[in-house]
Amino acid sequence: MTAPASAAKVRGETVLKVENLVKHFPISRGVVFQRQIGAVKAVDGVSFELRRGETLGIVGESGCGKSTLARLLMRLEAPTSGRATLEGRDLFKASGGELRRLRRNMQMVLQDPYTSLNPRMTVGDIIGEPFEIHPDAAPKGSRQRRVQELLDVVGLNPEHINRYPHQFSGGQRQRIGIARALALKPEVIVCDEPVSALDVSIQAQVINLLEELQDELGLSYIFIAHDLSVVRHIADRVAVMYLGRIIEIGTEDEIYERATHPYTQALLSAAPVPDPELRDDRSMIRLVGDVPSPADPPSGCHFRTRCWKAQEVCAREDPQLVPRAADPHPSACHFAELRG
Amino acid sequence: MTHSVVQPTPASPTPEGGHLLEVRDLHVEFRTGEGVAKVINGVSYHLDAGETLAVLGESGSGKSVTAQAIMGILDTPPAVIRSGEIRYRGRDLLSQSEEERRQVRGKEIAMIFQDALSALNPTFPVGWQIGETLRQRAGMSRGDARRRAVELMDLVKIPAAAKRLGDYPHQFSGGMRQRVMIAMALAMDPKVLIADEPTTALDVTVQAQIMDLLADLRRDLDMAMILITHDLGVVAGVADRIAVMYAGRIVEHADVRSLYRAPAHPYTKGLLESIPRMDQRGQKLSTIRGLPPNLMRIPSGCPFHPRCPYAQQVCVDVVPHDLVLGDGRTSACHFAQEVRDDSAR
Repeated sequence: MTAPASAAKVRGETVLKVENLVKHFPISRGVVFQRQIGAVKAVDGVSFELRRGETLGIVGESGCGKSTLARLLMRLEAPTSGRATLEGRDLFKASGGELRRLRRNMQMVLQDPYTSLNPRMTVGDIIGEPFEIHPDAAPKGSRQRRVQELLDVVGLNPEHINRYPHQFSGGQRQRIGIARALALKPEVIVCDEPVSALDVSIQAQVINLLEELQDELGLSYIFIAHDLSVVRHIADRVAVMYLGRIIEIGTEDEIYERATHPYTQALLSAAPVPDPELRDDRSMIRLVGDVPSPADPPSGCHFRTRCWKAQEVCAREDPQLVPRAADPHPSACHFAELRG
Repeated sequence: MTHSVVQPTPASPTPEGGHLLEVRDLHVEFRTGEGVAKVINGVSYHLDAGETLAVLGESGSGKSVTAQAIMGILDTPPAVIRSGEIRYRGRDLLSQSEEERRQVRGKEIAMIFQDALSALNPTFPVGWQIGETLRQRAGMSRGDARRRAVELMDLVKIPAAAKRLGDYPHQFSGGMRQRVMIAMALAMDPKVLIADEPTTALDVTVQAQIMDLLADLRRDLDMAMILITHDLGVVAGVADRIAVMYAGRIVEHADVRSLYRAPAHPYTKGLLESIPRMDQRGQKLSTIRGLPPNLMRIPSGCPFHPRCPYAQQVCVDVVPHDLVLGDGRTSACHFAQEVRDDSAR
């Protein structure tokens, strides 16, 4: 497979920039005269940059807005406000031909390999479908060859081009999804829980494939997952989300070794460790209660209702995502400190 | 870890030296239009009072089907129990009538599931659902059942239990629903609790709460627990012993600490090595090659041989029997000693 033209571009330069992105889903009441009585604040002011060739991991629990964020970036949802630029071009203002060109540069791999592939289409048609929308990506005569190349790249047998999704296992289907995402030689791939539905032994195969492809093709990944050990393995930088906001962001080392936000610390502490010798480790933080509803988030710091450090100021003032004295990476906590 | 002595009830004594629950050489197949899937191929394990046994396996390994056979809730057809015994306090459940089994189900052995939302009835309040068991099975009056339901909800730490009796399942969060299901399972004061992937659908912080709750309840109520899971992290947190399943067989069985220290079956070794670890960052993850077998065409000899780095001709020809490695450990591998020695290195 030939490397995309972008591989010549500088690694480390910003490829995607997201500024203050907001998505509120209105809650309405009434049948004839609908009126808005509130809003689910799914994404509530998210900013970050993605650099060329890097993997940005996004972790958080259900309802934190990580999947809505992915859908916004793919323009499957329209944002309430905010800006995002892909290689300097505005994602949300583009339309028509420009939008098609932008979409070509950003593709998505979904969680569920069973429902994200059309059962009535052959694998060849599924992977080749992007060429119908972008005919200039592969001239008609060369499509079959191109699809077979893609199958080969993701480790599937190119001769299986005429098979149907049900003839493949879960891990193989996820490879088909990856091949489809690669078809248009994108710059950025948004992976929304790409290995969560897979068995442990198959998970590792797919993670290795994603890493190999990144090295070969210079791809940038936004890697959304709830499994902290998987994210740690694949991500260069990690953003932790809670109730629609990024509450801490930093390099893999800064988040996993020097987290200063209490939520990040609790999340890391709650992740089960595959080592029975550490069972009686008393340094575990146990959060009480559940995540509050994003329709009615707490005032000030969203995490304060479950936080053991919460003071009066936390209810009054939104903590900013800024570098803190405890460690220079951004953390949205008034009382940010390293764990003792 | 507290090992306590079973109080044998006169009606159902545990025979001297016997196990509380024992599965012996169970064979189950599913007969479908496409053929016969051999789902369970000679599974044996046991559970003693007060302990936690983890049954670990990937999808299709047969871990849940074994539990469903114990509970007597397998759909037959398509499932057919070909042979084997399931002994509870020495009596074989499989040879009992449905009426006798009903006395065991829920009362002696109870089960909780992964998906609480589909295990609970959406059209009745949770208090009524917990109380139903008590009214039907224990013959309690409405008032008593109601009071007991509040106690049970307190026991599983649902805040303001009395106020929430009238709430419907959809009004609870995922973690709270899981607690409601646990409360229902505990209603008849069972001696064995089978937890089938109890935290798989939950977020990590809630998963930790539920696993803590299950461990506390098991200890306080002096139950034995079978924890069915695919997650090696969850097993490491609570289990005493572990049985690893592959293609309907138990391939390795050991106490948890020694298994994690030095797995003695290549499948277990491969699983442990494929977990991303800190010290391997930037390296390729180690993988188990290939795919789990199709249960309609299980490979000859050792079912793991097509994926196994240790495989020799003998693995293709001969089904490995459980090799006893001492300390109650067994491994169904022709090269179990060698695998364990490699792992310990």
